[in-house]
Amino acid sequence: MGRYVLRRLLQLIPVFFGTTLLIYWLVWSVPGDPFAGKCGERACPDSYIQFMTEKYHLDDPLPVQYIYYMGHLLTGDFGQTFGGRDISEIISQAYPNTLKLALVGLTIEAIIGLTAGILTGLRRNGFLDNLVLVSTLFLLAIPTFVSGFLLQFILGVQIGIINPTVSADAPFSELIVPGFVLASVSMAYVARLTRTSIAENSRSDYVRTAVAKGLPQRRVVGVHLLRNSLIPVITFLGTDLGALMGGAIVTEGIFSINGIGREVYRAIVTKESATVVGIVVVLVMVYLLMNLLVDLLYAALDPRIRYE
Amino acid sequence: MSDPTSGSLVTTPPPEQPGIVADTAPVDAGLPKAKRDKPRGLLGDAWYDLRRKPLFWISAGFITLFVLIAAFPFLFTSGSPTSGSLSRSLEGPGSSGWFGYDIQGQDIYSRVIYGARASILVAVSATLGTVLLGGLVGVIAGFRGGWVDALLSRIADVFFGIPFVLGAIVILFSLNPRGAGSNEWKIMGLVILALVMLTWPVAMRIMRSSVLAAKQADYVVAARAMGASNTRIIFKHLIPNCLAPVLVYSTILVGAYIGAEATLSFLGVGLQSPVVSWGVMISDSQQYIRVAPYWLLFPSAFLVTAVLSFVMLGEAVREALDPKLR
Repeated sequence: MGRYVLRRLLQLIPVFFGTTLLIYWLVWSVPGDPFAGKCGERACPDSYIQFMTEKYHLDDPLPVQYIYYMGHLLTGDFGQTFGGRDISEIISQAYPNTLKLALVGLTIEAIIGLTAGILTGLRRNGFLDNLVLVSTLFLLAIPTFVSGFLLQFILGVQIGIINPTVSADAPFSELIVPGFVLASVSMAYVARLTRTSIAENSRSDYVRTAVAKGLPQRRVVGVHLLRNSLIPVITFLGTDLGALMGGAIVTEGIFSINGIGREVYRAIVTKESATVVGIVVVLVMVYLLMNLLVDLLYAALDPRIRYE
Repeated sequence: MSDPTSGSLVTTPPPEQPGIVADTAPVDAGLPKAKRDKPRGLLGDAWYDLRRKPLFWISAGFITLFVLIAAFPFLFTSGSPTSGSLSRSLEGPGSSGWFGYDIQGQDIYSRVIYGARASILVAVSATLGTVLLGGLVGVIAGFRGGWVDALLSRIADVFFGIPFVLGAIVILFSLNPRGAGSNEWKIMGLVILALVMLTWPVAMRIMRSSVLAAKQADYVVAARAMGASNTRIIFKHLIPNCLAPVLVYSTILVGAYIGAEATLSFLGVGLQSPVVSWGVMISDSQQYIRVAPYWLLFPSAFLVTAVLSFVMLGEAVREALDPKLR
């Protein structure tokens, strides 16, 4: 197990550098003058351009710039925007809101998805089963921005039971509908994954043995069946937390949540390249670490899996 | 796996090419013609199963309809998608315009019909690209193993680690910065490129794991014992036997890509206004949702129906191909 963790960590390193290099290259190679429009209507003064060029090493080739950037990053310095604001400050302000949104989404996804999956997995081919199958198909088919808009319009504007936009500090109660929208597609996956997993496992030998030795239904399902069937679901939920944060950009835009997605979108539009790279680096890091965690969790949850 | 012969894997010698194409052709065409050969193969079995499923026929019917609309939009509407008259601005659905008119007085029905082409074209080409690139890399990684596998898998991980929407926005902004006037085809090409770049690792992983499993199978060992070359093993044995999971994935992917294209257009980085697409329409409609909800409703309905048809088809194909569910 220890060797496996070590190997996974070592694998993480090239992937981390590769991904950040790719993003860095894409963002900084945007054609056009990086200083266009940075100083209002006038052209930027030469001293400013010189200072900034030196500060971001803009005269060096991209790989060299990247190495400088990484050197700063590894000491915890995300750099500054062209306006001189610390990027770490932007991230630390916006990140908690996105994390909250993703956690709300994950909770909703887990509760609804698991309930639907367990109920339908235990009683297949009934009315409920077909209902859930059809509704998951619809959830899979409706893109987030359409469902977000419709819910915002119907619940927020027409009926008026929620705020159409989320206030600046994003309290949990206002995040329920955005969280639902964000997690709607994954919710359908969770429901289907749980259903298939339970349906497959309920035909397995250990469940038959448990029934044959006279265990009550509740124990067979609760202890034997669920514990084994939920392993793939839990791993899916784990990786999904990272994916939800990266995918929050649309939901945050619709409900105007002050999160990382909105910051990064704003930064892309205003060509604040350093901010874009910083935020993407954080998201990639979270995503990779969640994947690692899930892999380790897999081993801990399923004793049949041994990593040598 | 001796090295000299496996070199032919990466750069297939030209003379062998036609033979390979001819070998794989029946597999692709196997779905409709499977009845000809009596003992049915995997695909023949799947087709036999599929024919009895109403889900398959419903989704196939919708997909045919959408493809027809995309190919010949003028058969479905006589109106023009881009000519508007301001006197009809924001006129609701009625006898002249079934779906109403947008702020420019353009007929929403014609726009929805003409919008199908961009969405479906992008989705289908991006799916083809993803499956070809991911499948090819997956076969190479799974078949060669060793350091080639490790290297290709890490490269795939790099692309897999980028959050999808964010990555697509960054790619599209870098390759097609704001204000750079570019034509419709270039933007479509870039959207396709962005989608393929960010999703090929999934197809690669699916293909790689099937190849890893199939490589150990008796028929591959037997083929090798009889002196079959690597190229022959890959094209004659591995690819036909490993195609099923990727095939299922690709059907669902078409649906997902239709949604993704609309999302990118909605965010303003994908297709843009003179181009007619469902995503562009939804994006245009958002400020007028209170006065003209039908403007949002009709393109969304078409979008959701199209995605749903492909997801349902994928579902039907998966059930037919998955031996566990028989």
